[in-house]
Amino acid sequence: MSIEKQKILTTDGIPLELSLKKAEKKNKIKAFLLVCPLLLFLIITYIFPIGDMLYRSVDDRMVTDMLPKTYKAMEQWDGKDLPEEEVFEAFYLDYKKLVEEKTFGKLATQLNFEKNGFKSILKKLKRKMKNFEEGNYKEQIMSVHKRWANVEYWRALKRRAPSYTYYKYLKGVDMYENEEGKIVQVPEDRRIHKILWLRTLEVALFVTLFCFLMAYPIAHLLATLPMKYSNLLMICVLLPFWTSLLVRTASWMILLQQQGIVNDFFVMIGLVADDNRPEMMYNKTGTYVAMTQILLPFMVLPLYSVMKTISPSLMRAGKSLGGTPFISFWKVYFPLTVPGIGAGCLLVFILAIGYYITPALVGGASGTLISNQIAYHMKSTLDWSFASAMGLMLLTGVLAIYWVYNKLVGIDNIKLG
Amino acid sequence: MALPKYTEPHYRIWHYIYLFICTCVFFFLIAPLFVIFPLSFNAEEFLVFSDGMKRLDPDAFSLRWYKDMIYGTKNPWGLAAKNSFFIAIFATLGSVLLGTVAALGLSSRHMPYKGLVMAALISPMIVPLIISGVAIFFFMAKAGLAATHTGIILAHIILGTPFVVITVTATLTGFDHSVTKAAASLGSNPVNTFMKITLPLILPGVISGGLFAFVTSFDEVVVVLFLAGLENTTIPIQMWTGLREQLSPTILAVATCLIVMSTLILVSAELLRRRSERLRGINR
Repeated sequence: MSIEKQKILTTDGIPLELSLKKAEKKNKIKAFLLVCPLLLFLIITYIFPIGDMLYRSVDDRMVTDMLPKTYKAMEQWDGKDLPEEEVFEAFYLDYKKLVEEKTFGKLATQLNFEKNGFKSILKKLKRKMKNFEEGNYKEQIMSVHKRWANVEYWRALKRRAPSYTYYKYLKGVDMYENEEGKIVQVPEDRRIHKILWLRTLEVALFVTLFCFLMAYPIAHLLATLPMKYSNLLMICVLLPFWTSLLVRTASWMILLQQQGIVNDFFVMIGLVADDNRPEMMYNKTGTYVAMTQILLPFMVLPLYSVMKTISPSLMRAGKSLGGTPFISFWKVYFPLTVPGIGAGCLLVFILAIGYYITPALVGGASGTLISNQIAYHMKSTLDWSFASAMGLMLLTGVLAIYWVYNKLVGIDNIKLG
Repeated sequence: MALPKYTEPHYRIWHYIYLFICTCVFFFLIAPLFVIFPLSFNAEEFLVFSDGMKRLDPDAFSLRWYKDMIYGTKNPWGLAAKNSFFIAIFATLGSVLLGTVAALGLSSRHMPYKGLVMAALISPMIVPLIISGVAIFFFMAKAGLAATHTGIILAHIILGTPFVVITVTATLTGFDHSVTKAAASLGSNPVNTFMKITLPLILPGVISGGLFAFVTSFDEVVVVLFLAGLENTTIPIQMWTGLREQLSPTILAVATCLIVMSTLILVSAELLRRRSERLRGINR
């Protein structure tokens, strides 16, 4: 018993299956073409440059290419004692070329990142070099400055020999490769980055916590009040949300200054003496207070949108089944708000961990975060590869948090306003 | 929110504590904005309420700082405002155009690799601003667009599109695709269908996305600090410089203007949101 499978044909005589597949493919291409302009734009101007950061953070060919003869001569050097005459000679020749090309400044900057004090001795060498006689460069260079006779500087020079390096990443977590090639921590008093990473984490965590504690009750109130009142109160959340970040930071600078209103108030209620007003700005307190207020709407809005969907009859049911208000809240209401809590906390935490403007203005020295350090290296020291390395470390952390969040709650729960 | 009569006393107390906490939080949110307002009318140079102001003495108030903002010597605000609006308007147009078209493609159920593409498109919103700033700066420096208006506008389009993509995709989730099919079956070409049918229906989403993009560009300071030269100074840059160097009352006058502007934007965004919800309600 066999039934001849008859193919269904369209009016053109093409099998329907094929025709449908073709249409499907056409639709796919159409949809993709619509997305294409933005996708390409972002890939070229944004995603690719982030990849470029990765390249910059490990690329070290500049120094390598500037001192070709030196590094060739250094291949034989074991790094224990001062190098031989030929290294000095090669270095002299390389450096002379750089001085002639007027690009020695770049070398000085780069080497100074490696070891402090390089810049000044390179400059001094440049001045003295004009009077150098031929031969015996080791003696002549060493006589320019005593640091040239210090093997540490030559080791620092040799460390920059490879074209690619992960040194910037080590520096970002206060580590370095010592003379024996082991990775060790820098001395205790110079571990600035570790402090910054920990502080950034601490500030982000606490700001998230404060935001959560403050946002939960008001989101609940907004979600349970009748519309006409809640719309009015919603303005209190949305107005700061739409107001410029700098305006809000400015208002905190006015409020928290020593002669400011907050201090006036404390003096008035007798909390502090008039001549002993506490410093509330240019420290961590200022950062916490201002960041919490600025990021609070980002916590309220997702919480509100989740709470709005929870039917009030659920709480009533909980109560009617004998739960006290607290128990029915804890067992019924709270678990239902978890997606909102997740979205709000993620949003606030991610925003807080990359914060830059507010800490820079109200944070002072003890309130600056890792972003400030990145900006500092971008704008002041111009150590762009180090800034890239730190930026990528931060980005890795942020992406890891997203990944965990996506596993736990699901990324689709984020809503805007 | 009235409590039922049978509420036990200690829950009643808890309820009042809860309301008190809420009041405090609302106060904490909104009060800082209102400090700026009166102080910008201060006749004196100090950023504290003078005794005259506390007595509501008319002489203690003046428009001095507003005049300084507009007519002041070597005044940076005129140029900054011009640049800010110029950049924000073009960045908004660019974001809306690219974002809306992309959202149309994204909400099609035929879109391949939807999750991945969506992640790529909203990545500028996810990545911390400082990193975006560094990356965009590297690109603009290479492309020779650093310290140009074009460069800043492109940067702000990058930062603004995710908002447009999100709001328009959200509007499109409630969109009834049979109306566009109906239009097509009646002989309308796709462009015509989009202009006459789809666009009017998703317009609230497009405009509110545009508002987000506008505000993002208008307030943006991190990326602009990397990119801008002296010629491209914007209001946020001037405020940033002013706040770092010396907090002058002129800044408060500017800030007051910005608060007024954000109030207007808030009102329009809210109206749009309600309209969009209403439209979506009908579609369902």
